[in-house]
Amino acid sequence: MELTTVWFLLVAVLFTGYFILEGFDFGVGMLLPVLGRDDRERRVLINTIGPVWDGNEVWLITAGGAMFAAFPEWYATLFSGFYLPLLLILLALIARGVAFEYRHKRPEASWKRRWDQAIFFGSLLPAILWGVAFANILRGVPLDADHEYVGGLLDLLHPYALLGGVTTLGLFLTHGAVFLALKTTGDIRARAGALAVKLGAGTAVVAVAFLTWTLSIRSSAAAVVLAVSAALALLGGVAAARVRREGWAFTGTAVAIGLAVATLFAALFPNVLPSTLDAAGTLTASNAASTPYTLKIMTWVAVVFTPIVLAYQGWTYWVFRKRIGVANIPQH
Amino acid sequence: MGVVTGIVQEFQFGMNWSDYSRFVGDIFGAPLAIEALVAFFLESTFIGLWIFGWDRLPKRLHLAAIWAAAIGTNLSAYFILAANSFMQNPVGYRVNPTTGRAELTDFFAVLTNKVALITFPHTLSGAFLVAGSLIVSVGLWHLIRNRGSADTDAYRFATKFGSWVVLVSAAAVLFTGDIQGKIMTEVQPMKMAAAEGLYTTESPASFSVLTVGSLDGSREVFALKIPYLLSFLGTGDPNGTVQGINDLQAQYAAQYGAGSYTPIIPVTYWSFRFMIALGLAAAAIALIVLWTQRKGRTPSSRWLLRAGLVMPLLPLLANSFGWIFTEMGRQPWIVFGEMLTRNGVSRSVSLTEVLTSFTAFTLIYATLAVVEFKLLVRYAKAGVPDLTPQPADDDTDDAERPLAFAY
Repeated sequence: MELTTVWFLLVAVLFTGYFILEGFDFGVGMLLPVLGRDDRERRVLINTIGPVWDGNEVWLITAGGAMFAAFPEWYATLFSGFYLPLLLILLALIARGVAFEYRHKRPEASWKRRWDQAIFFGSLLPAILWGVAFANILRGVPLDADHEYVGGLLDLLHPYALLGGVTTLGLFLTHGAVFLALKTTGDIRARAGALAVKLGAGTAVVAVAFLTWTLSIRSSAAAVVLAVSAALALLGGVAAARVRREGWAFTGTAVAIGLAVATLFAALFPNVLPSTLDAAGTLTASNAASTPYTLKIMTWVAVVFTPIVLAYQGWTYWVFRKRIGVANIPQH
Repeated sequence: MGVVTGIVQEFQFGMNWSDYSRFVGDIFGAPLAIEALVAFFLESTFIGLWIFGWDRLPKRLHLAAIWAAAIGTNLSAYFILAANSFMQNPVGYRVNPTTGRAELTDFFAVLTNKVALITFPHTLSGAFLVAGSLIVSVGLWHLIRNRGSADTDAYRFATKFGSWVVLVSAAAVLFTGDIQGKIMTEVQPMKMAAAEGLYTTESPASFSVLTVGSLDGSREVFALKIPYLLSFLGTGDPNGTVQGINDLQAQYAAQYGAGSYTPIIPVTYWSFRFMIALGLAAAAIALIVLWTQRKGRTPSSRWLLRAGLVMPLLPLLANSFGWIFTEMGRQPWIVFGEMLTRNGVSRSVSLTEVLTSFTAFTLIYATLAVVEFKLLVRYAKAGVPDLTPQPADDDTDDAERPLAFAY
């Protein structure tokens, strides 16, 4: 396999990992006002992701870094072209990240309410915008022959992209609800499970519509197989949530998100950012890539360190495997 | 806070500096990607384990978690500084004549760039200077304001320990800064000349402690100079030649074509001085703090209390001025000798968009700075928390037991 293909796959894997992991902590953030009826319940919700959200977010930094190192043209065009949506995502991630840290630092209800809002909007905004961004990557954006983005903000907001936003929103909400059903006890667990079924059913409809539209724009045999499997995994996850098999439900939504992201990348390959104007502007895995020397070094680093990272992150989830409930929340 | 600001740092190269990213991506992207994979994962995962893992991990493993996070932090500093050092002193690359892009030829050379090797300990020492100052500040406040507090011993230890950290790291900052100055004189002579406002080449060159004059250097109103010192600092030889701005400007214009290759001198001159003076001021306060505590004495001076309160800001500002100096001193280059800053920007991004993001980040960071400052003051005032272990309550089963730490 060519190194550019290896790195296309690695970038795809990193974004897939990011959406699976941060997907549920975006979901938890958005469900905070829905499932958390009082402060203790909200603290239960936040503490299910407390030890891990930080590490989950690093998947995004690594995906961005890998894109920069392996496909500088892709990174440069994409990040400058999607300037305002990325700005909103950055501001949202900052607000939500500090909110987790600051919320418990003062006892006043008004203080906590303000940070709860930051967690909610800081999770909602990226949950929608990532879908909008990835739908645009797949559909293509106006690029000139120099691979320079020549559109405006409104060129990124068309029905297909908005459907992409609603899809990621629905997927992350469902994934978050399933995660909460898996990680909590008592009343919250029951409510989260029931909500997951409702959210999952609605999301399945939206996701199928989005994936069908996606395959009508560009497609490959692999993409079709992945899209169908994604839909089946989501339905399986929802069915498992219905019968309160929470471990299977979480596996189902995690696999569904992973396969949905994989569908986009499979449909995209070998392009990385198609141009809707000049065909010469289209960025591909080969014309956007770094030199073989850089890719070779990066491959070695990835081969050595990725398994180590996966091992210790996996171990962290094992350490914090216990369910928590209101009884486990300390007074302070 | 570290993770979320780290994302901004990484995204901004593509967002604001896309032509720069295209030009150097083959070289510059690698340390950033490695930083994320090797350092950020380590930091963020193990800090989570440390914060929440007190009752979940064996004690030694819990301790190992904070070490892993600390090692991650240091690795992270190394890789980002290696990336920055490429901008100051590009090595291990060639410019492809067909594509006009810089290409990596020797990754080891990029990682062992002499600017990176010296900037790393310099930056770390600067960070310890801030940390030590913060500890002194909190300890000293309690020592003077809460005389006779039951926790006096803890505050006494904190002030002494913090002061020693400040003094040792100040020595390290000076030592590494001196070596850095010599490397800078060699690889970025214009930055050294700009730090000193040295317009004409001198051998021996005197060090300007303070000069007030017209900006074009034609006229000095007031000058305080130490003869031979600049030659010694820059070259290690008291009679060594230090090149001046005017000569370098003429040399660069001949080499790179017509244009100005001179940074904004008042900015470099003053940021260089503020960096040194503020760092030394923190060290001076640490010395006084130690002196006032000699042989078990307790400091009581109100002036010292005030000095202690501003102390953490001094190295924080010194570090900021250091960065302003080194980045402004590189101008007009974004990659020294290879790419001008004005050629590195994102062509597809409008001025309105840049102003929008600049305003948004200024507002959010300013707000967070205020919140963070107030929280720090609140927790500093609260003093040492009560850490008496709770008696084990055998009646509650494990599922009902409160978490050792929770958000």
